[in-house]
Amino acid sequence: AKPKKERTFVIAAVEFHRVETPFLIGVWIFFASIAKIGFHMAPRLSKMFPESCLLIFVGVLIGAILLSTHSVHVQPLTPDTFFLYMLPPIILDAGYFMPNRLFFDHLGTILLFAVVGTVFNTLTIGTSLWACGQTGMFGCPTPLLDMLLFGALISAVDPVAVLAVFEEIHVDEVLYIVVFGESLLNDAVTVVLYHMFEAYTEMGASRLMYTDFLAGFASFLVVAVGGTCIGVVWGFGTGLVTRFTNEVRVIEPIFIFVMAYLAYLNAEMFHMSGILAITFCGITMKNYVEANISHKSHTTIKYTMKMLSSSSETIIFMFLGVATVNNNHDWNTWFVLLTIVFCSVYRIIGVYIFSAVANKFRLHKLNTVEKFVMSYGGLRGAVAFALVLLIDPEVVHLQPMFVTTTIAVIYFTVFIQGITIKPLVKILNVKTGEKRKPTMNERIHERFMDHLMAGVEDILGKHGNHHIRDKFKRFDNRFIRPFLLRNYQGAEPKILETYSKLAMKDAIEYMQRNASTI
Amino acid sequence: MGNKSSLMLREEEIAQIQDETGFTPNQIERLYSRFTALDKNDCGTLSREDFLRIPELAINPLSERIVHSFFAESHDDRVNFLQFMKVLAHFRPIRKNRENRLNSREEKLRFAFSMYDLDSDGKISRDELLAILHMMVGVNISEEQLTSIAERTILEADTNNDQMISFEEFCRALERTDVEQKMSIRFLN
Repeated sequence: AKPKKERTFVIAAVEFHRVETPFLIGVWIFFASIAKIGFHMAPRLSKMFPESCLLIFVGVLIGAILLSTHSVHVQPLTPDTFFLYMLPPIILDAGYFMPNRLFFDHLGTILLFAVVGTVFNTLTIGTSLWACGQTGMFGCPTPLLDMLLFGALISAVDPVAVLAVFEEIHVDEVLYIVVFGESLLNDAVTVVLYHMFEAYTEMGASRLMYTDFLAGFASFLVVAVGGTCIGVVWGFGTGLVTRFTNEVRVIEPIFIFVMAYLAYLNAEMFHMSGILAITFCGITMKNYVEANISHKSHTTIKYTMKMLSSSSETIIFMFLGVATVNNNHDWNTWFVLLTIVFCSVYRIIGVYIFSAVANKFRLHKLNTVEKFVMSYGGLRGAVAFALVLLIDPEVVHLQPMFVTTTIAVIYFTVFIQGITIKPLVKILNVKTGEKRKPTMNERIHERFMDHLMAGVEDILGKHGNHHIRDKFKRFDNRFIRPFLLRNYQGAEPKILETYSKLAMKDAIEYMQRNASTI
Repeated sequence: MGNKSSLMLREEEIAQIQDETGFTPNQIERLYSRFTALDKNDCGTLSREDFLRIPELAINPLSERIVHSFFAESHDDRVNFLQFMKVLAHFRPIRKNRENRLNSREEKLRFAFSMYDLDSDGKISRDELLAILHMMVGVNISEEQLTSIAERTILEADTNNDQMISFEEFCRALERTDVEQKMSIRFLN
């Protein structure tokens, strides 16, 4: 028996378990940010490698230390932390700063790649792996449905990885929006295919009926359209709320973040696509919110959003590295190799087929170099990893092998493709673009051209892009803006906005140059 | 009463239009059927009223200018099919390795410029710009604000300090704009 300790008043005590969770989170964020500063202080390193590679590398190092010391047994990257806390800021940032015009101009191509392209990849990768499994080269039974489930999660291009790599290389805006738009919109397809094959696996292959496939197709429509609608409704809601915040300016940014997050959770609650919901929420709210809130709130929103998304991204890549180092790997050389080969080959084939289809309808034809960058930019990332962790090993016995393979594919795309894409873009002479604010002339003349083209389309009796945009703008100006905006300023808010921004910039420059005169 | 034979396109007419505008025979026939559909009096030419009868065009803020641009080359107040096609040819997409006649970047810009330049003196004056702004922005904006926007726009583009925008200055101001893309339409075959 232990001797009874005398109770005395303790001056100081260590009580770690009480603060453990928040403390660990804090330490993770701290290390990730320190690592990020480190790369920017080593310019040669960050010129050669994309940041995402270096972050994964740091993650692996930390993971190795943790494993060897057996100190912390937490798995930091769980599907729930990923989908509920780390993904939304990145997607909101993407949706809110989405160049709307560009996005909707290329929506047809983006949808073709995101929907048909992803289904194509899933089916081809799944069946090819299954066919190879039939030869017995993997040394384990490979049921078709399990392979299709794996195909569904591995074939989705990842918005986080694509953003992280493409932000650094500044390719031409058309190329950027097509790859990036695809990665955002394919979520609906991925979610549906994933849940569908998961349910089929649980039901067992023998009891599948064709109605189940029809139900799968119907659920795709529900997930995609439902997610989008939820996002748009919350977006309008945000516009409406900010109409009344002029007396309480300090809470303006809160509404943008909370309501977008609620849109995401709202969609996830109904098993709809949260990514689509928050993307469209950002796209919708932007126009109305920016007109309502103060200039300072807008700056706050902009920087908070950038900070949240870049730290989430940093943490995700580091966690991917940490999660790699553990003892439950099930390495299957043939399976890993073939998955990587199939992923790359079918990506290239898919891009070539679908861009040939898209070119039939496009004004700006996708050329060979662009097709190449598109197929090369199909990076896989943390969404695939989080999805593979969600698979129940009791139902799908190959789950450990899937996890290892997914990690291998992510490493392949992020490291090999991520590192080589920068030099390749230079060698192939891909047009590079830069973001900038429009001048007064550009704003007015481009608007003028839009009206002109809408007019020409009407003369031709053709209902193209310009015609639809014109119709929407007219509807927006008559029925939506008057309700959502505090002071509604006529039909061309963008011209005024550009004017006041330029005037403000001039004033600031004048003040700086002639500081002594004031 | 329409004379049916005159409403059909003859081979040599198609060839001539093809030669002058670069449209393919299929596109020409398609556009011709649109042309005859717009031509309510069956007289082989279009009047301003024919254009303004299109409901969407009538509410386009620039409808008056757009319609006007079709009449730039005609001497009376009617457009024939060739003139109609010549205007539309400006909006053909630019193809590499192919001859581009009316649809080069410069021609596209010149077309837009001439829509601003009402008195065709080769310069956009402050009043001409203001007129366009009035049409696009509408009534909710004060006159002073529009004037200052117009002045700012001219100041920004004007390099020779004549308070006007010449065609060269106009092109320079739109250097970074993808005019080839913005002023093109995919014509169906």
